[in-house]
Amino acid sequence: MSFPLLTATAVLPAAGAVLTAAVPAGRRTAAKWLALLVSLGTLVLAAVVTVRFEPGGARYQLTESHAWIADFGVRYELGVDGIGVALIALTALLIPFIVAAGWNDADEPAATATRRWRPTQGFFALILMVEAMVILSFEATDVFLFYLLFEAMLIPMYFLIGGFGDRAHAGSDEHAAAQRSYAAVKFLLYNLIGGLIMLAAVVGLYAVAGNFSLPGIVEARASGDLTMATSTERLLFLGFFFAFAVKAPLWPLHTWLPNAMGEATAPVAVLITAVVDKVGTFAMLRFCLQLFPEASRWATPVIVVLALVSIVYGALLAVGQRDIKRLVAYASISHFGFIVLGIFAMTSQGQSGATLYMVNHGISTAVLMLVAGFLISRRGSRLIADYGGVQKVAPVLAGTFLIGSLATLSLPGLAPFVSEFLVLVGTFARYPAAGIVATTGIVLAALYTLVLYQRTMTGPVKEDVRAVKDLRPRELLVVAPLIALLFFLGVFPKPLTEIVDPAVRHTMSDVKQQDPRPEVEAAK
Amino acid sequence: MNPVNYLYLAALLFTIGAAGVLIRRNAIVVFMCVELMLNACNLAFVAFSRLHGNLDGQIIAFFTMVVAAAEVVVGLAIIVSLFRSRHSASVDDASLMKL
Amino acid sequence: MENLIALLVAAPLLGAAVLLCGGRRLDAAGHWLGTLLAAASFVVAAVLFFGMLGRGAEDRALHQTLYTWVPVESFRADLAFQLDQLSMTFVLLITGVGTLIHVYSIGYMEHDERRRRFFGYLNLFLAAMLLLVLADNYLLLYFGWEGVGLASYLLIGFWQHKPSAATAAKKAFLVNRVGDIGLSIAIMLMFTTFGTFAFGPVLATADKASEGTLTAIGLMLLLAACGKSAQVPLQSWLGDAMEGPTPVSALIHAATMVTAGVYLITRSGAIFDAAPTAQTAVVTVGAVTLLFGAIVGCAKDDIKKALAGSTMSQIGYMVLAAGLGPIGYAFAIMHLVTHGFFKAGLFLGAGSVMHGMNDEVDMRKYGGLRAYMPVTFVTFGLGYLAIIGFPGLSGFWSKDKIIEAAFAKGGTEGWILGAVTLLGAGITAYYMTRVMIMTFFGEKRWQPAPDPHRAPDVEPAAADDGRHLAAGPVGSPAAEGPAGHPAGELPDPHESPRSMTVPMIVLAFGSVFAGGLFSINSAFVHWLEPVTRFEHGHPPVSAAVITTATLVVLLAGAGLAYAQYGRRPVPVTAPRGSLLTRAARRDLLQDDFNHVVLVRGGEHLTRSLVYVDHTLVDGVVNGTAASVGGLSGRLRKLQNGYARSYAVSMFGGTAVLIAATLLMRAV
Repeated sequence: MSFPLLTATAVLPAAGAVLTAAVPAGRRTAAKWLALLVSLGTLVLAAVVTVRFEPGGARYQLTESHAWIADFGVRYELGVDGIGVALIALTALLIPFIVAAGWNDADEPAATATRRWRPTQGFFALILMVEAMVILSFEATDVFLFYLLFEAMLIPMYFLIGGFGDRAHAGSDEHAAAQRSYAAVKFLLYNLIGGLIMLAAVVGLYAVAGNFSLPGIVEARASGDLTMATSTERLLFLGFFFAFAVKAPLWPLHTWLPNAMGEATAPVAVLITAVVDKVGTFAMLRFCLQLFPEASRWATPVIVVLALVSIVYGALLAVGQRDIKRLVAYASISHFGFIVLGIFAMTSQGQSGATLYMVNHGISTAVLMLVAGFLISRRGSRLIADYGGVQKVAPVLAGTFLIGSLATLSLPGLAPFVSEFLVLVGTFARYPAAGIVATTGIVLAALYTLVLYQRTMTGPVKEDVRAVKDLRPRELLVVAPLIALLFFLGVFPKPLTEIVDPAVRHTMSDVKQQDPRPEVEAAK
Repeated sequence: MNPVNYLYLAALLFTIGAAGVLIRRNAIVVFMCVELMLNACNLAFVAFSRLHGNLDGQIIAFFTMVVAAAEVVVGLAIIVSLFRSRHSASVDDASLMKL
Repeated sequence: MENLIALLVAAPLLGAAVLLCGGRRLDAAGHWLGTLLAAASFVVAAVLFFGMLGRGAEDRALHQTLYTWVPVESFRADLAFQLDQLSMTFVLLITGVGTLIHVYSIGYMEHDERRRRFFGYLNLFLAAMLLLVLADNYLLLYFGWEGVGLASYLLIGFWQHKPSAATAAKKAFLVNRVGDIGLSIAIMLMFTTFGTFAFGPVLATADKASEGTLTAIGLMLLLAACGKSAQVPLQSWLGDAMEGPTPVSALIHAATMVTAGVYLITRSGAIFDAAPTAQTAVVTVGAVTLLFGAIVGCAKDDIKKALAGSTMSQIGYMVLAAGLGPIGYAFAIMHLVTHGFFKAGLFLGAGSVMHGMNDEVDMRKYGGLRAYMPVTFVTFGLGYLAIIGFPGLSGFWSKDKIIEAAFAKGGTEGWILGAVTLLGAGITAYYMTRVMIMTFFGEKRWQPAPDPHRAPDVEPAAADDGRHLAAGPVGSPAAEGPAGHPAGELPDPHESPRSMTVPMIVLAFGSVFAGGLFSINSAFVHWLEPVTRFEHGHPPVSAAVITTATLVVLLAGAGLAYAQYGRRPVPVTAPRGSLLTRAARRDLLQDDFNHVVLVRGGEHLTRSLVYVDHTLVDGVVNGTAASVGGLSGRLRKLQNGYARSYAVSMFGGTAVLIAATLLMRAV
């Protein structure tokens, strides 16, 4: 039996989480380094997975399968396709930066630290725990296993949001704590309700199919061994989709995200939007489309409309925000609209674009949010109005922030452009009107990012901003590689598309869709 | 005599007892009303026993009397101890069952 | 040979990367590095140009493919360059004028502490602009298109601590983005129609697509061109873009970037030729902008904004010519090149004047400068003669051809277009003469410079690069107090340093001779013919009549300006003026319209949406939670602790159960 590589990618951070949590109270620096090393080790393992994965090979590779709960047909089944590999790589890549960016975020002032209360250790242990669960959920090909992870990752996230709030807040500590627990509970309730509905659908799927194996069910459906009544399939689809739409989040199920991202520290906000939320869109591609192809096609018009509303609505709300982090959160809602749109456009450009979008959005939001976090920690305020003229006192910080903004508005040359354009083209080919509506998103994105940049970074230097220091070496080290990656994937996305394309081809054939043919066959 | 009339009487007694339980505040009176309801049931049992021509109902009536006697013992003891601690036999004073 | 093409883009790109990431270590040498790399790009362009001249007309085009940029199934965008005659013309213009302006900026930005970054941005612009004109497919063109937008954004807002500059930069980017929607949709339409968006296959098979599709593509391309080239209705950003340093205005907002729209339309000629409706839209936009820009240019007192109006108007000429089809493409490009020379020269001259006048931009506070700045006066004067179309100078050759081509369009349309272009020529003569007289002739109307330390929203730390501080807030410069700053001193006009005058002289040469050289044996037209195709237009009246009419109109315009500004003293404070003048000062109320409809409307929309999100969308969820909570609160009241009430519910429940049982049995 070969080395269980996929299990290892999840076991390493999980073990690291336990070890980190066990570090004694006085040795919190050791805990930080341990967490960083574990996350880097996971990155190495993810790199091995990426290298070992053959784009032209079988659909699911590096598979593992063990009996688990035999009575219910639950198996511990892992396997990755190209989409999974891309997202595992993204997750493993971002966690070290999240750890490094949050280096001092959970340090309690010495006065309140006690032997038993070890927030720093807890903070990093929870981050690693989330990493383990997210990675395993990208690998799970057993529906039950996936469901379990999908729900279980709420627990560490709940504590990360509720327990480690943003230091910068308006008003008193009590008020901030109340806001924080409101955000954490809201996050938990939304996702739990989504998860409960999904649980019903998972049980329903078992009742129909008799086991939980994704490849098994897909094959049985394709060969005609397993038939589902149309209404059954639609109900099951809706059950799954609802949970993923909450997680993604899709309008009108989005309101937990601005609260959660606003109250959490910047690295945790990145963890939410760049890593955890991706499980939702990933699962739409993997479970909704593959298990229920007919129902997916049936629901497409409504979902496309919801995605368009998300795009425009999220962008318009971002324009109206006064809080930097909430602005980024609404921008993310708009971007998730693009991802969902790409998935349900049912064209290879749209789905490849959506997968690339997940990766690129993760990186670009990480840059923007982390730099915003650095800025906020300096001035102690999240309100846009409290800033002005930062460019003058901290040019490097402003420069990185500008690059993050430009990536958010999908400037060509930076990675998000490629994915956004692919989604737009893919959508336009199938639904021209939807493509045109989505295109207005690019103007609105320019509006909210540039207004944010103008209000915070340009103009005369405000009195309170004068003391803002430029990026420290640690902070620059966090942001610079991500920016380099944005540029690299912007001009050379081929490594990513090569991995993703075969998986998309499989999904397209699952849903029995083909790309529309061009009107004129051009002479090549 | 038509046995159905006994049933009517039992229903009447039961209703009087139930109304008393619900309306009266004095624990002793409530207690007596509960007894009244039990006896209404006994009457119904006996009447049915006669109606059906077997002794099952009469046996159950005996059981009921035994239970009622036990209940009188426990119930009166509770009422007495309540009266001692609160100097009142009103059931409304003892609303300790809510959180 | 073709392997050199990538070098054209790579040199300035390298410069931008080094200068922007290099940090303060490069402050001392940064401007030399930037200029050197721009010049290197120009040398490569020259080598390629002479190589191209050495080949026959049909195999002049070169092609270089680096790698496939975005490969997803049938969607393939190559990172590939195409250098044909049209691209070559642009490359020479961009690198040539670009290098000159780099040299000019060495002197102009000498006192700015962020000079290194300025040169980094300039190099970034060159790289993006070269990518735009060298791309062999529309997606790569889009890459360059947005890249120049970014460079323009960074350079307009270069003095970001001025809120007006930051606002102008953001506005330029946003308006351009509206145009970019057009380009994106055009590319998507091409992909769904042709299955590709590379120039070669799309343009070769354009006529096979339905006319409706082609019209849609054409209109979308026109929208893109309107944004980038500041054509009505997306012209409003160009005036505000003058907030940027003057070399930027010369390079980006006069000579090169703003002409990208003309390039796009000319490049896509095959699509427009097969879509007459789209062509009509193009000429209409061109004609309207031509007059719009000219009228705005007549009313502005800010020298740069007057020139910006003129730029808009001249690009209107080019767009109009490009909309005429094969009879106009070559002339559009020819006017573009000559305009590149004389407008860049005029802007550099304006910068030189500002340099000597404490950064005063209000022409009403100039006057009589010809004696103090002889080189600037002569070069500016030659540029002036060229732009109004003085016989023999560059502008004459190119503009006259456009007017002829407009008449040659034929029918009523031809007469209307011809009349508009003639009228435009007259107005051009008027406003340029006005600029010339107000700046260089008449009595001195110099005012003391406002005290930088008392100016609002200016911080003391920035006073060392005080040049730009006097420029004042965006909008009418007349809004500044004319005097009353006792600390200020009268300006001391002086000629600019050599690094600034030499580029002006070179450009003046171009303004004088380029048009004439291009017209020898119609050399320029023949040069472009393989790419743009060319048909001789046949105007309804002879060319001589048109030329005479042009000259008459020109003299009338110049004479009117002389009568108004040369014969009478120019008031320092602008008179109230007629309704039209006041409207023109406010850019013919376009900004007010934008403000009321888009800005205010948008603000209301976003605010109400924020409210809706908070109360309605979030409210539904919170409301559900609250009603569950409320309901359980009610239910809790039932648990009152009274044994009697529990007894009631017991009795009630039993009664209901019995009733239900009886009912079931009855049924």
